[in-house]
Amino acid sequence: MDMNFTPEEVIFRNEARSFLADRLPDALAAKVKGGKRLGKADYELWHDRLKKRGWLAWHWPAEHGGTGWTPIEKHIFEEECVAAGAPRVVPFGLNMLGPVLIKFGSDEQRSHYLPRILNGDDWWCQGYSEPGSGSDLASLKTKAVRDGDHYVVNGQKTWTTLGHFADWIFCLVRTDSDCKPQEGISFLLIDMKTPGITVQPIITLDGEHEVNEVFFEDVRVPVGNLVGEENKGWTYAKYLLTYERTGIAGVAFAKSGLAHLKQVASRQMKGGKPLAQDPLFATRVAQVEIDLMAMETFNLRIVSAAQHGGVPGVESSMLKIKGTEIRQEITDLLRRALGPYAAPFVPEALDAGYNEPPIGPDEANPVASQYFNMRKVSIYGGSNEIQKNIVAKMMLGL
Amino acid sequence: MDFNLSDDRRMLKESLSRFLQDRYGFETRNEIAGSEEGFSRELWAQMAELGLIGAMLPEEVGGFGGEGFDIMTVMEELGRAIVVEPVLPTAVLGAGILADAGSETQRSLLESVIAGERLLAFAHGEPESRYSLSEVRCRAEKTGNGWFLSGQKAVVLNGDTADKIIVSARTSGADDAESGLTLFLIDADAKGLSGRGYATVDGGRAAEITLDSVEVSDEDMVGTVGEAFPVIERAVGRGILAACAEALGAMETAKDMTLEYLQTRKQFGAPLGKFQVLQHRMVEMCLEIEQARSATILAAGRMNEDRAAREAALSAAKNLVGRTARLVAEESIQMHGGIGMTWEYALPHFAKRLTMIDHLFGDADHHLERFAALSQAS
Repeated sequence: MDMNFTPEEVIFRNEARSFLADRLPDALAAKVKGGKRLGKADYELWHDRLKKRGWLAWHWPAEHGGTGWTPIEKHIFEEECVAAGAPRVVPFGLNMLGPVLIKFGSDEQRSHYLPRILNGDDWWCQGYSEPGSGSDLASLKTKAVRDGDHYVVNGQKTWTTLGHFADWIFCLVRTDSDCKPQEGISFLLIDMKTPGITVQPIITLDGEHEVNEVFFEDVRVPVGNLVGEENKGWTYAKYLLTYERTGIAGVAFAKSGLAHLKQVASRQMKGGKPLAQDPLFATRVAQVEIDLMAMETFNLRIVSAAQHGGVPGVESSMLKIKGTEIRQEITDLLRRALGPYAAPFVPEALDAGYNEPPIGPDEANPVASQYFNMRKVSIYGGSNEIQKNIVAKMMLGL
Repeated sequence: MDFNLSDDRRMLKESLSRFLQDRYGFETRNEIAGSEEGFSRELWAQMAELGLIGAMLPEEVGGFGGEGFDIMTVMEELGRAIVVEPVLPTAVLGAGILADAGSETQRSLLESVIAGERLLAFAHGEPESRYSLSEVRCRAEKTGNGWFLSGQKAVVLNGDTADKIIVSARTSGADDAESGLTLFLIDADAKGLSGRGYATVDGGRAAEITLDSVEVSDEDMVGTVGEAFPVIERAVGRGILAACAEALGAMETAKDMTLEYLQTRKQFGAPLGKFQVLQHRMVEMCLEIEQARSATILAAGRMNEDRAAREAALSAAKNLVGRTARLVAEESIQMHGGIGMTWEYALPHFAKRLTMIDHLFGDADHHLERFAALSQAS
């Protein structure tokens, strides 16, 4: 039993910290911490700074331009990034497609796409869910039919996060319908500029545009854009879903959310005293803090096992469930901490250039929207109920 | 960073596990629990021989451990078999206090404790103190070169079979002041000390102890006059860690039994485990047990840190273990159905122990409040 970081890991943490202090613009960190809206340029700027330092592709081996970091180094870097208020690394190209291409792609695909992902030439999005295929993803119907040197794709993808920024989409498509659903799926790379693709925004309950619907009508995709073998896409998709999920618990996000909650509670007043001193509210905060402390250790147990060569399995599902519950609880308390001022809905105030005086405390503006937005985390990436099914099957043999 | 047990601890865990599997089946356990003394002196001697008591104590007093992870390792194994022998009062609380604050003479007693020849108890809680560590009404009045102790001590674990009892008493200050507390080491057969022993609902034993002008000498004092509070807090801290670890072991057994039951018991033509509503409840139990384990590991790892970090982790662990123990106890019984309500079946005895651990050293609410207070103070 040794719960300490090694001296080298401590040095690495300090390096990460000074890099962030030096290269993360204050204005960008303020936007992230203040819950303001981020544009494509914000993400691109941050990707570029990380890339120049060689720290953009955490999940890639060094030979492909990645960091080659250990699980603990990734954990440390993510913690420092979130604490400093860095924007998240947009995961689709870097954390999802990259590892799939490295493992299953052809040499040509690797040498073409990987540098373009690193350089920010291509912005990727993910084409998995469909209107009729949510938790039951393998039932997907978007069809790809071989026609000479092309696949012809027809169908619809949905919940496509940041698809409106994307140049390319990696898609799960049906190439065989006469077999078990999982065995007729292929993994296809599609240029979003191809004729026949339409992107339509979906406005979520917080009034924001983050996700989209993507329609495919006779879209011709060169067969060279198939990853791996035809009808083996489900294997690659599962690999992508379970790959490198050391961050799945969202410990760093929860910690920074809790710190923010405590600050807000120390500024909000109740009966002439800070809300933080209200016994009922203080114990609610204490309860989620205790859960978070335990989950942080739980997460470190898994990260450390991965560091020693273990492969995280159902633990990822458990961390996903607990991590999302905790993050939802924190945003719930944050919303309640603001009292009546959680109600005003001024979406323009989330833009950086907004100059009107805030209604109520400035920190009140995003909290209700964030709370509603956070309902997604127990739904996406395999809903928490699906995660429970996975644990029941894999760990308990039920 | 490495969450694996050291080789020494792994070997101790394995030998203890084998011993309990061979010698401490559920029926044996219930027979022992129902016996007059409430534990087996024969098995106690064998446990001492295995090194179980020595593992809880540091080398300078003749032990070979005493770290948080030693306590955790031993107590978790004991919890798996809900062992009723007085390990907690003797090795963790009593011997722990003497190792921490005892005089040379008092520490020399530990050799016989480690050998399994002497039993200890820690009499601190009182009828009105609930879970407070500072509320002590038992008084120690100074005489020439000694003291007279008078007062009541409540639910003293192993209080009716201990050879020596460590008693807390107020030598100055208000009833709930942290300063002014002093510890005394008293022979169980001292004049004026009387005990009323009884069984506890979870298979253990405890006693109500009355001190009526019990005369002790200055040499019987443990530590410094009026400054026992930090010693008491550290002792109870080790007790909390031990209770959490014991609960983890008991939760693991309850979980395993329930899982096996779900896999074998058939209703509506299928094993119960095929029903999704039960699958999800089982998964929730497993997940919370991992959380409780994580909190206990964190507390064990912080035992040598400064007070604020240590006590916050201990209160966090006790709160989380308290909540989880109740969940596991109630859910295990519910998923077993009727058989979970019977005395003859093992599972409900695990559920009872799990539930009553919440009543040791402060329950989930107590430690939630304490954690919040510690968090605001820091």
